Amino acid sequence: MSVDLEQFHQVFFEESFEGLDIMETGLMELDLGAANSEDINTIFRAAHSIKGGSGTFGFQGIANFTHVMETLLDEMRDGRRQVTREAVDSLLKSVDILRMMLNCEQDKSNPDTDKIQQQMSELEFILGESGGAAAIQAASAGSSSETTGWHIIFEPDANMMLTGNDPLRIIRELAEMGDIEVKTNQQKLPAFSELSPENCYLSWDITLRGNITEDAIKDVFLWVEDECKLTLTPIVDTSVQPAAEATSAAPAVTESVAPVAATASDSKKSTQSSSATSSIRVGIDKIDDLINMVGELVITQSMLSLLGEDFSMQNLEKLQDGLGQLERHTRELQESVMMIRMLPISFSFSRFPRLVRDMSSQMGKKIDLIMSGENTEIDKTLIEKIGDPLVHLVRNSLDHGIEMPADRIAAGKKETGTINLNAYHKGGNIVIEITDDGKGIDQDAVLNKAIEKGLVPAGAKLTAQQINDLIFQPGFSTAKKITDVSGRGVGMDVVRKNITSLGGAVEIQSEHGKGSTFTIRLPLTLAILDGQSVIVGNEIYIIPLVSIVESIQIKTSMINKVAGKGETFKLRDEYIPIVRLSRVFGIENAKAKTLEDGLLVVVEADRKPCGLFVDDLLGQQQVVIKSLEQNYRRVDGVSGATILGDGSVALILDIPGLLRMSVRH
Amino acid sequence: MNAKDDSINRDEDQPQFLSFTLGDEDYGVNILRVQEIRGWEEVRDIPNTPDYIKGVLNLRNTVVPIVDLRIRFNLKKVEYTPTTVIIVLSVEKDGSSHVMGVVVDAVSDVLNIERKNIKAAPNFGGKINTRYMNGMVMVDNRMVVLLETDKLLDQDELAALESISS
Repeated sequence: MSVDLEQFHQVFFEESFEGLDIMETGLMELDLGAANSEDINTIFRAAHSIKGGSGTFGFQGIANFTHVMETLLDEMRDGRRQVTREAVDSLLKSVDILRMMLNCEQDKSNPDTDKIQQQMSELEFILGESGGAAAIQAASAGSSSETTGWHIIFEPDANMMLTGNDPLRIIRELAEMGDIEVKTNQQKLPAFSELSPENCYLSWDITLRGNITEDAIKDVFLWVEDECKLTLTPIVDTSVQPAAEATSAAPAVTESVAPVAATASDSKKSTQSSSATSSIRVGIDKIDDLINMVGELVITQSMLSLLGEDFSMQNLEKLQDGLGQLERHTRELQESVMMIRMLPISFSFSRFPRLVRDMSSQMGKKIDLIMSGENTEIDKTLIEKIGDPLVHLVRNSLDHGIEMPADRIAAGKKETGTINLNAYHKGGNIVIEITDDGKGIDQDAVLNKAIEKGLVPAGAKLTAQQINDLIFQPGFSTAKKITDVSGRGVGMDVVRKNITSLGGAVEIQSEHGKGSTFTIRLPLTLAILDGQSVIVGNEIYIIPLVSIVESIQIKTSMINKVAGKGETFKLRDEYIPIVRLSRVFGIENAKAKTLEDGLLVVVEADRKPCGLFVDDLLGQQQVVIKSLEQNYRRVDGVSGATILGDGSVALILDIPGLLRMSVRH
Repeated sequence: MNAKDDSINRDEDQPQFLSFTLGDEDYGVNILRVQEIRGWEEVRDIPNTPDYIKGVLNLRNTVVPIVDLRIRFNLKKVEYTPTTVIIVLSVEKDGSSHVMGVVVDAVSDVLNIERKNIKAAPNFGGKINTRYMNGMVMVDNRMVVLLETDKLLDQDELAALESISS
C-alpha cells in the first residue's frame, strides 16, 4: 500500500514551526541556574514533537539533530545538568539551525550541512559525550569544503526593473557580506537612440570574498530568481585558512557574518509561513461545486423575484416549485460549505501504514495494521491537532505494546501482532480507538517505577485503573533503553495534554499479557450531527441518532417498579431503566403524564441501554452543533445547541451525561 | 457610525450610557458594550439553571444566553409586555469576550455623562452588593445606577451565586 506522505508535509511544517517558536520563547525565558522544570518540560515537549514528526516523514537529518538537543534538555529537566548560559545559547542557535533545516525541506533546497555539523558537534561538546572528537570533527568538516568566496555572474532579464527590483540594491547587500569586486558587462547596451530607460541591459561579474554560504547569497537574489540568470561558483582556496580553522578547537568559535545574514532571512521566511498557518486547502472540485450551487441559487432567486413582481393565485404552483428548489439548493449549498471544513479521518490515519511498516522492520517485529472507520468525518482543525497524539499512541503501541516475534510465540500468541485503528461517532463524540494485542501494561512495573520516580508514595495502594493512568504523568517511562521512538516519558503526557486541550479525553484499558486499548473521545464541535428531535412540554430537544436504538410505545404490563420508585420495563428479556426527561430537566408542563401517553426512546450509552421518556417524536434532521460554552457554560446533560428551521434554539442531549444525571436524581 | 466614533473620543471624560428601567428604578450600561436592542421573544429554556437564566436565543446563528435582570436583582416578577426588551451586551473577561442578553422593562435614553458627575456607589451595608455598580449619577432628579456588566454577567460569579442559592 503506497501512501503519499507529501500531503501531510505542510501540516508537519506548520506544527514544527510552531514548536520552534515555543522552544525559542521558552529558552528566552529560562532563569539561568534556577530553571523551573515545567518550563524545560515545555521546551522538551516541543522538541520531542518535532523529532517524532520528522522521523515519521523521513526527515532523518532533522530527527537526528533534534535527538541531540533533546538529550541535552532531558539532562537539564532531570536536574543532572545546570542550566548555563552556554547551553541555552547553544540551544537557541540550534533552534535557528532547525528552522533552517525545516525551511530547506519545505522548499526542497539543500540545507547547509556544514552549519548543521558544526552545531551538532557544539551540542555534543556541551554534552561532554565526545569533547575532543567533536572538535576534530568540526575542524575537518570546516576544512573539507571551506569556501573562501563566490564568483557570481548576474545577468538580469531586460524587464527586471519593471518588477520593482533594483540591481544596485542587490549588489549593495552583497557588499555587506564580504569583500566585493564588481565588473560591469556593458556588451548588450544598445545605442542611445534605441535605449529604453525602463530596461536593464547590464550584467555583472561579481567576486565576493568571505566565509559565506550559498544559501545566504541565494537569499539576496530571492526576489529576482525568475527574472535573471544567476551562476554561482565557489572559489575554493585551500591555501588560505585551514590551519587557522583547525586550531580553533572549540566549535563555538567559528562564527562569521554569513550565518547572521542567513538567520535574518530565515526568520523572514518563517514569518511568511506562519501567516499562512490559518489557511485551509480546498480541492478545486469542491470550489467548483460551490460555484455551481451558487449559480443555481441565483437563477432560482431571479425566478422567484420575477414571480413575485405580479403574483396571482394561478402562479401558486410555480411559487411552490420555486420554493422547493430554493430549499434544495440552500441545503446543498450548506452541505458543500460544511464539506470544506470536514475531512475524513483517513487524512490522519493514512500516515500510519508507512510508520508501522518502517518501525516494525526497524525493530524486527511483525505487525499488521488494521484500520476501520476511515471515512468518519471530523473537523479539519481537529484532524490537525489530533495527528500528533495519534502518532505518539501508535508508536507507543508499536514500541511497548507488541512484543518481539519470539516472545509472542513463547507467550502462545500469533507471531504477527495486530494494531487496530478505529474511528466512529458515538454519543455526540468522535471516538478513536487504538488497540494492540501486545503485552499490555505490567502494572507492578509501572507502580514500582512511579514509586521510584516519587510520583506515588511508597506502599500506596492503587487500583488497576489508577496505575494505568500513571503512564500519562510527565517524565514517566518504563522503557529500559532510550530510543528515538519512545521511552523518554514525554509522549503520553503530551498526548493527554493535547487531547484535553481539544476538550476531549483519553482513557486506557489494559490487561497484562493480552494487550491495551487507548480510547480517545473528542467533542464534535463544528461537526454535523444526525439528530432526532423530540418534544417534552414546550421544549424541543435533539437526540443524536447514533445513540438511539429504537423508539417504542409501551403498555402498562411491560412496566415494573423497583422499590416503588425506579421504573424499568422489559424489552425482549432485558430490563431497561426508564428516565423521564421531564423529571431530569425539571420540565413542569410535560403533556404525557403516564408512561402510556408518551414514547420511549431507547438510547444506549456506554453499552447500557436506557429508555428515555418523552412526549413525542418530531422528525429527523441534520443539525449543526453550536457550542453553549461560547457564550454561557457547560450544562449537564446537554452537549450543545442547534438552530431549528424556524430560527429557534434547540438543545442537543448528551446521552451519557444525561444518564449519569438520572442516577443522581 | 459617526455617533460611535464620537463616543469613543468622548469616552475618557464624557462616557455615554444607555439607560433602562426595571420597575421604578433606573439603570445604565456603558453604550460601547451594547451590541443591539431587540424586542422580547420566546427563548429556549436551559434545564437545571437558576431562574434568572431565562434560556438561550438564536442571535444570527449564535446561541446567546439571556438573563432576566429583574429576577437577578430579586425584584418583583412581571409579565413581559410589548416594551420589554432584550439588551444584547458584549461581556469581556480576561481579554476574551462573549455575548449575553439581559431582559429589562424598557430602554429609556442615551445619557452623556461627565465623568466627574459619576459618584461612587455608597455603602449600603451588607444588604446590597455594590460590586456590580460602576457608580451612580443624577439625571433630571432621578438616580441612575451605572452597572458594571463585566462583573454582573461574569460566568464564574453566576456559577458561584448558583451554588450559594442551591
